[in-house]
Amino acid sequence: MPRSTTGMKFTDEERSLAPVAGTTIGLSAVWRAQVKRELALARRRGGDLLNPLLFLALVVVLFPLGISPQPDLLAEIAPGLLWVAALLAMLLSLDALFRTDFADGSLEQLLLSPQPLPLLCLAKVFVHWLLTGMPLALCAPLMGVLLSLPGTGYLTLAASLALGTASLSLIGAIGAALTVGLPRGGVLLSLLVLPLYIPVLIFGAGAVQAAIQGGGTAPALALLGALLALAVAAAPFAIAGALRISVNG
Amino acid sequence: MNVALDARQLACERDDRWLFESLDLHVGDGDILRIEGANGSGKTTLLKMLTAQLSPQAGTLTWHGRPLARARDAFFRALLYIGHAPGVAAALTAEENLSWSAAMAGIKASPAEIERSLAAVGLAGFENLPAQQLSAGQQRRIALARLELMKRPLWILDEPFTAIDRDGVAWLERRIATHCEEGGAVILTTHHTFQANDRVTSVVLGVAD
Amino acid sequence: MWTFIHKLGSPKWCYTLCGRLQPGFWAAAALLLCVGSVWALGYSPRDYQMGDSYRIIYVHVPSAILAQSIFIAMAVASAVLLVWKIKVADMAARVMAPFGAAMTFLALFSGSLWGVPTWGTWWTWDARLTSMLIQLFLYLGVIALRGAFGSADQGAKAVAVLTLVGVVNIPIIKYSVVWWNTLHQPATFTLTQPPAMVASMWMPLLVMVLGFYCFFIALTLYRLRNEILRRESRTRWVQELAD
Repeated sequence: MPRSTTGMKFTDEERSLAPVAGTTIGLSAVWRAQVKRELALARRRGGDLLNPLLFLALVVVLFPLGISPQPDLLAEIAPGLLWVAALLAMLLSLDALFRTDFADGSLEQLLLSPQPLPLLCLAKVFVHWLLTGMPLALCAPLMGVLLSLPGTGYLTLAASLALGTASLSLIGAIGAALTVGLPRGGVLLSLLVLPLYIPVLIFGAGAVQAAIQGGGTAPALALLGALLALAVAAAPFAIAGALRISVNG
Repeated sequence: MNVALDARQLACERDDRWLFESLDLHVGDGDILRIEGANGSGKTTLLKMLTAQLSPQAGTLTWHGRPLARARDAFFRALLYIGHAPGVAAALTAEENLSWSAAMAGIKASPAEIERSLAAVGLAGFENLPAQQLSAGQQRRIALARLELMKRPLWILDEPFTAIDRDGVAWLERRIATHCEEGGAVILTTHHTFQANDRVTSVVLGVAD
Repeated sequence: MWTFIHKLGSPKWCYTLCGRLQPGFWAAAALLLCVGSVWALGYSPRDYQMGDSYRIIYVHVPSAILAQSIFIAMAVASAVLLVWKIKVADMAARVMAPFGAAMTFLALFSGSLWGVPTWGTWWTWDARLTSMLIQLFLYLGVIALRGAFGSADQGAKAVAVLTLVGVVNIPIIKYSVVWWNTLHQPATFTLTQPPAMVASMWMPLLVMVLGFYCFFIALTLYRLRNEILRRESRTRWVQELAD
């Protein structure tokens, strides 16, 4: 039987059930639709946007209270502390990344889409970073003031967080995808994801420390960029694979 | 020819337990295939195989003569699937849900077309309400509006009659019938007694254990 | 070659093969470990700097090497499972994980013991020990993820994905920890590079490493046989075997 490339052949144009040429859309439109949906969802549950920032602020407040309010001491631990707090804030926001989509069947629809799944996953993660990682990167310098972070560190702090949280979103999404079908996935998610976060933390906090001590920040930031490049290239495939396993078994 | 989905000697093993074996199926234009079976008999798993989500442990599945795993792209472009969970995000409006569904299917849908398909399932005037403000039945109707919005020859519906009222059931039965008259095909699982129709074939999955 | 791999995928055939290989590996492990221990503890020379305490490397180094090899072996098994859907590969990955975690723990424990006479402390954030600690968490994550799934098939695939992600990350983690370490403390000598080892020192070490490998293989074959029987307990050949 002769076949067209789509595997179907239609003899009767009127009774055809195939999409008419010109009504199909390209990959960039699919990407835009996915991003638009995620943004709309985030807008409806506005509180989720603020929670990671509040978490960051609270964790930062705990340390002077728990250790000591001496500016010298705080300044010394500030880079690592801000990075750890931001990393934990990212981690906490991850559990919800796929959960509602899994429960309401949207994830199943996503898997049955003829569009490339890794790309759709990347769109989802991109929005997660945009609405969690970026605000954290912008707010962390404010928290730096509370911790007497030396003036030379602020710009690097924001830059390293902006770069690093993108990797954190991507790596964390793998864990979120693996645990989305599990009833108590939250704690397990931290166990799976935190060890994988360590390189990002080391290079991120390292960059800020270098900036404070007057060293070059370029190597650490370049390494963060390299990690991000690797994560962008590889993580969407792992996320897509993990989602297929979680949804289909 | 729109639809040609064939299964030969299909078998499924889950967690070291055979759910079904030696299953032969053919779904062509105008066919309605109804999958029956008790809970745990492998209905969901069979649907996952027929939607190319799981590969069978034994036997072959073909789409227009090509192995289903190789023909996924063409197959997904011909498939409209409504699962047990209908894929309607509660926080989004009916209109937003449908335009996303259409985009994921790779179809361009104008607001007018979306409005028309929502009207067809009795949701005219509810376009811009978040789905969580609608009843469970209305939320399912949002999913059913996809049947109107997207032209797809093969429908696979998991329990499509749940949660909708009598009018909805009648509408869906009619819609399935017209779809088959137009040359489409439908595979569905349901406990609902379907109106006698010579095009309906049934597969009963044996109870495991 | 391909028929061999195909046969290996059959649990029954694999069960028989494991049974046949097992005695040899047990014997080799016993021999190598005995010879290695006696040689290492009794005959190899004392270290002029560290005295007898350096002999901990005869346990530390083999366990550290195994800890890494086992993760790589698990990753290979995971890839085989995901690509060819061979169940035996998953069974192998499953039985290897706890032993890998144990080896990682042994490497950490022996490392920290070694720290007492050398650095005068039970724990030091040495690059090698730190990345070992992170690797222990990776192992525990793999084990915990499998335990969390109700369905064995689903759990197997999820664990395979995590193992592959982990194996890609291990070199990155190692590198980043070394980078971090040089940033924070100037190089001290590390456990794996004792200054200029003479042949009479590293020969027993080699024997010990081989012994550890043989022990690992023997134990894996033994546990794999049990796992095959457990997972295949509904099949006819296992029931015939039991009768």
